Amino acid sequence: MADTAEPKPFEPVIIGFTCNWCSYRAADMAGTARMKYAPNVRLIRLMCSGRLDPTFVFKAFASGADGVLISGCHPGDCHYLNQNYKMLRRYRLMRRVLAQLGIEPERLKLLWASAAEGAIFAEEVSKFTEEVRALGPLNWNPDRGLQTADKVAVSPDHGPSSIEEVKA
Amino acid sequence: MSKPKFAMYWAASCGGCEIAVLNTHEKILDVDANFEVVFWPVAMDAKYADVEKMADGEIAICLWNGGIRNDENEHLAHLLRRKSQILVAFGSCACEGCIPGLANLSPVHEVVDTAFSTVSTDNPQNLRPQPHYAAPEGEVRIPTLLPVLRTLDQVVEVDYYMPGCPPESHQIAAVLDLVIAALQGKAQLPPKGTVIGAGNSTVCDECPRKRNVKKIKAFGRIQLTEADPELCLLEQGIPCNGPATRSGCNARCPRAGAQCIGCYGPAEGVLDYGARLLSAFASVIDSNDPEEIDRILDGLVDPVGQFYRFNLAGSLLRASKAAWQEKA
Repeated sequence: MADTAEPKPFEPVIIGFTCNWCSYRAADMAGTARMKYAPNVRLIRLMCSGRLDPTFVFKAFASGADGVLISGCHPGDCHYLNQNYKMLRRYRLMRRVLAQLGIEPERLKLLWASAAEGAIFAEEVSKFTEEVRALGPLNWNPDRGLQTADKVAVSPDHGPSSIEEVKA
Repeated sequence: MSKPKFAMYWAASCGGCEIAVLNTHEKILDVDANFEVVFWPVAMDAKYADVEKMADGEIAICLWNGGIRNDENEHLAHLLRRKSQILVAFGSCACEGCIPGLANLSPVHEVVDTAFSTVSTDNPQNLRPQPHYAAPEGEVRIPTLLPVLRTLDQVVEVDYYMPGCPPESHQIAAVLDLVIAALQGKAQLPPKGTVIGAGNSTVCDECPRKRNVKKIKAFGRIQLTEADPELCLLEQGIPCNGPATRSGCNARCPRAGAQCIGCYGPAEGVLDYGARLLSAFASVIDSNDPEEIDRILDGLVDPVGQFYRFNLAGSLLRASKAAWQEKA
């Protein structure tokens, strides 16, 4: 069915990690205030941006995400003292690793947003969506060109293929 | 009664794993006493055709070392999977790609160029290996490189994983003892998918160096640093991979004054080795200023090489875009 349909225009899939105390509240505020912003981001709430294991970011890209947004409290505002600074350092280092693997570092964005900054959150998500759209689809697929027909099913830990369902 | 059959095969690897097996010294005699070695190209003469003639599941245990780099490796992986009851991913290459997996950073044509056209290669006509060649005696065929190197479990089902580059000989001896005891009904094999011949903790746990609070102002390279022999290397700014690496080697390298480079692979429960290590390194950098953080990070000259030296092929992202995008 899908094969015969007109090719759909590219809609970036963005995974967004927000912290419970500031940036998720900002997203919440944007929602309750009925602000309009790009629907491309799928938010995942963590207790703190410092909880974000870089594994989450690499898994998102490996599983089909075109961009990843990390959002946390402003420097100095962390509910867990200074964990957002750890996130900042991981973010700087992750961008270097992604660049070496040929993933544009601009596909990973760090955004500080306080609970009062619903408008900034909405605006930045829309801006990031357009930046990722300009970069084009990532379609990460190291199996390309390899025979995988008789490959055993990989464990669920090794990346779901359900992102395709998300995109559809 | 005939003895259970034993096989060992090498794919994209260096041969160090075979040496590690022989390094078990007199334990190798137990292998001979308890098994019939039917296929082990590095140690004995055997043909692929002999394996193809075997019944499915005829080999009791096959130790596979090496990654899947070409179509010959792939064919043998499927063949030996079919013929073996227990297939062990033996050593870092089979488990997670190891050093040959670092070629996943480059497209195949660059890999070939490096092998055949660098200044140290005498190749004035700039020749390249051809997969097919019509010799007077008949057609000669050599294996074709695949776009990226894969780990064994990315190609076939694997029963056990034995990490290490190479696995430590005392760990191999312990595993051989266990398998022999299991065959005699005196012991039980662990559940399928288990990592065998290694610990469940990290290298740091086995490391005798003193640990205080880690606060790093600069990363240095070990060859340019006069390191305190008693103190944790990472604390001294030397990128040591101990925090993310599985235990089992008894912290050999840090004990000898060298940093852990991560050959035992991800510690228990770690999905992506490099991500875990990246997280550990970033956490102990002693700065909250973006510019200073970047200056400190400049000390890690090759982040992917540091974080994925042994794990690139087995990591979540597995290869660079340039490598997997190249047309096969």
